[in-house]
Amino acid sequence: MKRILIIGATSAIAEATARLWAHDGNQLYLLARNEERLNVIAADLTVRGAQSVYSAVLKANDFARHQSAIEEALMALEGIDLVLIAHGSLSNQKACETDFALALEELNTNAISVISLLTILANHFEAQKHGTIAVISSVAGDRGRQSNYIYGTAKGAVSIFLQGLRQRLAKSSVNVLTVKPGFVDTPMTKNFKKGILWASDRSVAKSIYLACASGREEIYAPQFWKAIMWTITAIPEKIFKRLYL
Amino acid sequence: MEMHGWGRFPRINSEVTQPRSISECADIIATLGELIPRGLGRSYGDSSLASRMLDTQHLDHFLNFDQIHGLLTCSAGVSLDSILRLFVPRGWFLPVTPGTRFITIGGAIASDVHGKNHHIDGSFSKHVSSIELLLGNGNIATASAAENTDLFRATCGGMGLTGLIISATLALKPIRSSEIIETTIKMPDLDSVLTAFEENASATYSVAWIDCRERGKHLGRSILMLGEHAETGPLTAERKSAWPVPFEMPAGLLNSSTVKAFNTLYYAKTAPGKHTHRTPFEPFFYPLDKLANWNRLYGKPGFVQYQFVLPKKTCISGLRKILETIATSGRGSPLAVLKVLGQGNQNLLSFPIEGYTLALDFKAEPAVFILLDELDKLVLAHGGRLYLTKDARMSEATFKTSYPLWPEFESIRERHHAIGKFSSIQSKRLGLQ
Repeated sequence: MKRILIIGATSAIAEATARLWAHDGNQLYLLARNEERLNVIAADLTVRGAQSVYSAVLKANDFARHQSAIEEALMALEGIDLVLIAHGSLSNQKACETDFALALEELNTNAISVISLLTILANHFEAQKHGTIAVISSVAGDRGRQSNYIYGTAKGAVSIFLQGLRQRLAKSSVNVLTVKPGFVDTPMTKNFKKGILWASDRSVAKSIYLACASGREEIYAPQFWKAIMWTITAIPEKIFKRLYL
Repeated sequence: MEMHGWGRFPRINSEVTQPRSISECADIIATLGELIPRGLGRSYGDSSLASRMLDTQHLDHFLNFDQIHGLLTCSAGVSLDSILRLFVPRGWFLPVTPGTRFITIGGAIASDVHGKNHHIDGSFSKHVSSIELLLGNGNIATASAAENTDLFRATCGGMGLTGLIISATLALKPIRSSEIIETTIKMPDLDSVLTAFEENASATYSVAWIDCRERGKHLGRSILMLGEHAETGPLTAERKSAWPVPFEMPAGLLNSSTVKAFNTLYYAKTAPGKHTHRTPFEPFFYPLDKLANWNRLYGKPGFVQYQFVLPKKTCISGLRKILETIATSGRGSPLAVLKVLGQGNQNLLSFPIEGYTLALDFKAEPAVFILLDELDKLVLAHGGRLYLTKDARMSEATFKTSYPLWPEFESIRERHHAIGKFSSIQSKRLGLQ
């Protein structure tokens, strides 16, 4: 039995992963902004077999609330063995290009709030000398592309932050897992036309579940994105700048 | 986007919304205009089609489970498959299940589905202790056999036309093993299979696969399958996924010679006489779920499933006439499913009445629609009716003659603010408001 904190627990990928953890009889603490959905998900995870499920409302960009939200979770669970940070929003690139206030909000949601939460959590994990920190970044953070570089900037920042954190916490036997999903068919991407590159939230959840259990450092989900991103990052800048990716 | 039912006929362009909470559902119902709720889209025809559809796939949450009485409360979008995967290992089974596990609770109630145990356990709604509905005026109502009885009787079997089912409580059935003791009996003709159904009325599950291509002395040759839950054995639900049919097959694949060959082989591979064996529950209840998207076998035009019921006293002559008409036409699917139904219930549009029901597929093509109109006349002449969940083409007159309680259904819809809020292209075709 593990004590698991999930931040952004109403996101489709987080919920699908939580179902796998619930089925194994773990203790769960859910943080998300929508209380109605949190309550329903908590009830669902309880029926699915979670030993206990707690939940509380947290808005990712309410930085002042981060410390107390995590302390309350630590109190209720009497410790945290695993944390999954899954919140995020898919930025409207075009709108961000003309509205810096919007770009800033997207950067806060997708990067700064994650760094704030991890700053608090890292110290806790470093002191307890065990556990797993799993964070959902994105393939979009591997290389800036004109179609979504605000989102990519934020995810890139998260990926690099996690690399540093992983190196630091390795000395305390804490594993840091960076999850880089490709295209996932979720409510966040409902306006996109789907093709063969698209994966379900359940398959990504399964990858996260297995990666947490086996102590992996970084995963692409599905795995073929590793090859795709290797190719994309290998394109010389001279050619890349003429493309429309 | 282009949408269709399981039969892939008809197809229409729809605006599909996928709300993630009840408040989002309420907003959609308040602002979007007339719509139809949709679960997994397994009704065959146009029951879940409308120019605006509310897809419940994200409302897939278990809400409560009372392990003493087996009472499960869940959101409308929960599938029978997810219930089985979670609860079979804990020793619980669905009280009633149709031939696929890929339907939602909302859909099971809206169609008031029946299973192989209808003659003993009735239809799905009999095991539903209460339903929560989001009405057209934005209010949430609880309906059960005791509370808002009119709404309950109209909603069970009501094809999603009374309001949006948001959650329901149903009584699961305790089992000791997930295995089924199955007995198969080969029957040479129609009389013998009907007699066998009567003789095996105490079997928990019974169904027959009937060869619709045979005429004369072989008319109605079938394989009767009976089942009981095993008393001992494992409690497991299969995790393997189904084989895909990745694209539409050529429309000519299922033609009269391939179908006839399939039937002959299928009948021949079953040894004569009576055989009993143990089987996991999945192949017993859901043989076609093994093949994901089997509906693509009919190719581009799609297909219609024709399911009717005839009351007990007219069924022998009626079935004979209908089977002869089908066999003469040379159309119809490899296998038809024949099933005895027990007493009907008080729901206004539920399909089952005491008698026999037959279901078979036809490719959607002009000659078939003419044949089906002929069959409709025979069904009506024998006091029978068609299952709305399978229907894509019955006329308003056929519906209104065979579902005489429709005016009461309409007045209940009016009372509960459903008119102008919930409709499908089927309900419009059938002359409902």
